[in-house]
Amino acid sequence: MLWTFCGGVLKSYGMDKVISGQVTPVKGELSFVQISDSPIGISKEANKDVVGTLQIAIDRINGLAPPPAFLLHTGDLSHLSKAAEFDTLDQVLKSCRAKDVHYVPGEHDVLNDNGKQYLERYGKQARGDGWYGFDYKGLHFVGLVNVLNPKAGGLGALDHEQLEWLEDDVKRLGSDIPMVVFAHIPLWAVYPDWGWGTDDSAQALSYLKRFGSVTVLNSHIDQTMQKVEGNITFHTAMSTAFPQPAPGAAASPGPMKVSAEKLRSVLGITDVNYVQGRSALAIVDSPLGS
Amino acid sequence: MKRMFFGYSVVVLLIILAIHGSVANDKVMSNEVAIDNFSFRPDKLTVPVGATVTWINRDDVPHTVVSTDKKTIVSPALNTDEKFSYTFTTAGTNDYFCSVHPHMKGTIIVQ
Repeated sequence: MLWTFCGGVLKSYGMDKVISGQVTPVKGELSFVQISDSPIGISKEANKDVVGTLQIAIDRINGLAPPPAFLLHTGDLSHLSKAAEFDTLDQVLKSCRAKDVHYVPGEHDVLNDNGKQYLERYGKQARGDGWYGFDYKGLHFVGLVNVLNPKAGGLGALDHEQLEWLEDDVKRLGSDIPMVVFAHIPLWAVYPDWGWGTDDSAQALSYLKRFGSVTVLNSHIDQTMQKVEGNITFHTAMSTAFPQPAPGAAASPGPMKVSAEKLRSVLGITDVNYVQGRSALAIVDSPLGS
Repeated sequence: MKRMFFGYSVVVLLIILAIHGSVANDKVMSNEVAIDNFSFRPDKLTVPVGATVTWINRDDVPHTVVSTDKKTIVSPALNTDEKFSYTFTTAGTNDYFCSVHPHMKGTIIVQ
């Protein structure tokens, strides 16, 4: 997904159409790319070559003009939090022309060590379990961690310390600053029966309600979805590896096996994917900002 | 020739008995919980004191077995087809969940 920012409005584009010239992105002040759910290390029927499909995604990104300012990787970098998996991801990302990558962890990146290795590799500048904020060309970005401190029967969790930090982090910002918040598990209740939501996201969002434009970027569910709530627009991204079923459309979530031909379409490489993304995301063109 | 045929029959019969015996034995001893389609099956299991319960992950994604207090039982992340066993030495109700997907819950009742 390519994101451009123009006049306070974020707009998304399916990259295949951008590269093939069928669509010309509005030239904005900023464009960046979100990638997600690359789980390096998995080799199942759903995708036996996750390195290959990630490389295709990177090649697509490298074909963009103008090049994106940076990448956001919204988690599940690895399959089993193994050093070799993170190494491979780093190696593939080296071939990306955009050198600046901002990460948040997925649940697959914090297995067995509560995210210690993830933090050492990707969160040196971050606070707590890996959350942080940064300013870029007049926008404020916030990366949140909702894959640690799980409670039995619960969903994703931000927890008290991170919520306090968020409240403090945005306090100094004027309400006219566009906000982009990214985290792995959706910060809205996509489908709690499958764990697709975050228990205490409402409190986090309450700190953001006063802002005129808030865009929340999530992943985890490996399909695009969008929701608008006041000034807050929620999006979820596709995976670079495999799709998951639509909520409730199968017995459970999990990697979904599709034909090799179809796989590319659900990873954002064919036209079909773009059409879906475009119609779903078209609403962000006109937010009711204050 | 007749004798040989008889011999074969005995061997076959013994094999059948052996297979049947082991299956029957497993049914009595099996305290296995499958992790399948993002759920523990069965999600409630009753075992005697001293029993060892084994969880096996049948999903394509990793899962864990962690008691609600996050201290008593803490398995490592189980990859596909990996197993984890825990022996219950005292009677009581043990609620647990998957710390990777916390909406997945199960209970082992020891009596």
